[in-house]
Amino acid sequence: MRPLLKVAAVISVGTMALAGCGGSTSKESTTAGGSSSATSGSATSSSAAASDVKVGMAYDVGGRGDQSFNDAAAAGLDKAKADFGIDIKEATAVNGENEAAREERLNQLVDAGYTNIVAVGFAYAASVGKVAKENPDVHFAIIDDASDASKAANVAQLTFAENEGSFLVGAAAALKSKAGHIGFVGGVNVPLIVKFQAGFEAGAKAVNPKIKIDSTYLTQPPDFSGFGDPAKGKTAAEGMFQGGADVVYHAAGGSGAGVFTAAKAAKAWAIGVDSDQAKTAEAGVRDVILTSMLKKVDVAVYDYLSKAVKGEAAAGNIVYDLKADGVGYSTTGGHIDDIVAKLDEYKAKIISGEIKVPATM
Amino acid sequence: MTNANLRRALLSVAAPLLALLVAVALTSLVLLALGDPVRDVWITMLSKPKPRQLTNIVNGAIVLYLSAIAVAVGFKMNLFNIGVDGQYRVGSFAAALFAGQAWLPGILNVIVAIIVSMAAGGLWASLAAYLKVKRGVSEVISTIMLNAIATGLVSWLLLKVAVQEAGSNAISTKVIPESSQLAGWKLIPGESNRVFSLLALAVLVGALYWFILGKTRFGFDLRATGSSETAAVASGVKVKRMVMTAMIASGALAGLVGMPLLFGQDYSYGTTFQAGLGFAGIGIALLGRNHPIGIAFAALLWSFLDTQANALQIRAGVAPELVYIIQGIILFAVVIAYEGTRRLDVRLEQQRVARELAALRAARVTEGAAA
Repeated sequence: MRPLLKVAAVISVGTMALAGCGGSTSKESTTAGGSSSATSGSATSSSAAASDVKVGMAYDVGGRGDQSFNDAAAAGLDKAKADFGIDIKEATAVNGENEAAREERLNQLVDAGYTNIVAVGFAYAASVGKVAKENPDVHFAIIDDASDASKAANVAQLTFAENEGSFLVGAAAALKSKAGHIGFVGGVNVPLIVKFQAGFEAGAKAVNPKIKIDSTYLTQPPDFSGFGDPAKGKTAAEGMFQGGADVVYHAAGGSGAGVFTAAKAAKAWAIGVDSDQAKTAEAGVRDVILTSMLKKVDVAVYDYLSKAVKGEAAAGNIVYDLKADGVGYSTTGGHIDDIVAKLDEYKAKIISGEIKVPATM
Repeated sequence: MTNANLRRALLSVAAPLLALLVAVALTSLVLLALGDPVRDVWITMLSKPKPRQLTNIVNGAIVLYLSAIAVAVGFKMNLFNIGVDGQYRVGSFAAALFAGQAWLPGILNVIVAIIVSMAAGGLWASLAAYLKVKRGVSEVISTIMLNAIATGLVSWLLLKVAVQEAGSNAISTKVIPESSQLAGWKLIPGESNRVFSLLALAVLVGALYWFILGKTRFGFDLRATGSSETAAVASGVKVKRMVMTAMIASGALAGLVGMPLLFGQDYSYGTTFQAGLGFAGIGIALLGRNHPIGIAFAALLWSFLDTQANALQIRAGVAPELVYIIQGIILFAVVIAYEGTRRLDVRLEQQRVARELAALRAARVTEGAAA
């Protein structure tokens, strides 16, 4: 090759590598702490004394500071550190890494003597299962996975009933919509986000069977930019508002900011996700946030760690649903005060099992 | 003549070593400027890998090696196939889909799936080859575009065929039957993880690459076209056909990239299948100077850095992305060093010839005087 081509080659490689760093595989955000939470289906066994607990956190791509899913887990970790004074170590996934790299990260934490290792995100499912079986004395937790891949006697699988929380905000959207026309913006078309959509649509139809619902996803996997691209969120929501919708719910992580901007411009409502976004979104758009569907990842992490400190090792699938107060809706701003009674009625029916909320479309 | 060969060999080893030293020095400066612990970083990066990590390094290198060979075939002909990234994903997906159906038993399933992957990768590359030959579209542009299209196409198809395990949030193709999952080789004692069985594939590909390019008429034509297209045309090489063939061969080789991962580790193609291998291959082919042995060393170095970086945030408190800086600087430094040593080599050669000519002339003059 000629020298010029070589230089061009180096530059191209660099550009590609940088471009590849743009996306984040994570979603959602939470900073607000939920009041309390309970667990169901957890097994316990004795473990190390409080002072011996050392926590290793393995984040998904983006890590602490992603204003999203990882930050929610980090918030739970910070609270546990402040309350119990435990020793912590954090490690973050690199974009485009392979299975061996995820395993290696967990193994490194085991080697460094961490007793409780929390893996944030379903990408760790297979690696948690493998490393946990090889290290039966170390305790693991994984968020958003309850598959056989991560199942082991020393693994706590922390999952959420996102569909139940979404059902309630779907009902709120239908009750508040004057046009009988609402929308859903999903970040990336993965089963996890479809769960939000399924609950939302079921909730809306429970209120108004004839309601018109526009649903869309910003990107398709493995393009995860739909969780971090406000411009895409804005375009999608603008389309829905122009088409006549007057309430749009987003489950799109950082792209949600664009949905709020579009709602503000259209003088319509938006519904937030994961955290109480009427408190965490940009100040200028907080007044268009009707309510938010809460997914309390921080509570789940804190619960797991507080048990570990007490010498209990949680294991098995621990579901954070409406009953356990692991999901819910926010009332900040007072926009839904008039329908809270109605929503609580649905909530009671879901908890009692009278309403079964679908998790798939 | 042997003297010149020895000098050339020394220079070609010196260049990458120099590049490494420059990379270490510049990375240390970056660390110093940002107030990070320079010493801890290098202690972590250069610590002796455990058996488990050695296995990971070899496994990583196998995959990177295949990717770099795919790129190098194009490079040899001055074809810049940036599309290896898309080609290997299309190929891996097709192979995973095929192998998951379990139409064939055991190892036969693996072999045919590998052929399916090569066919899919080659077909995908043939789009860029066709556009270049018939429409004069630069392969750089078309392959970048095809990468983006491959991402969309594969994820769209994945959603159509995906199966989801109960309780899981990941989606993937059907898991390949256990009889077709390759257990791997216990080459490195002391740990439970194994080296990919398809190490054999990488070795075979390397040997074929060396033989076909270096020892056959086809290889000569390919290299000739790369060195000087006009000279190649004059000597009767059908350039358009060569472009087509080289591009498709590059794509077919790209189809092999995902195979060790598919049959040795992931057993399906899903949302967590490793991405970005094609771009790493470009850098490794450059570093290895398109030579089958050189690329092997480069791939091992790359994989070593990748694997060691994992411990950075745990043991040194530095983000593992630091390794991208190291790799980037190595690439820049090595390109500069190769060019530098090439010029040095030319100059030394000129001086040698001049010296010999002078000696010859002097000898003639003395001979003449004697007569």
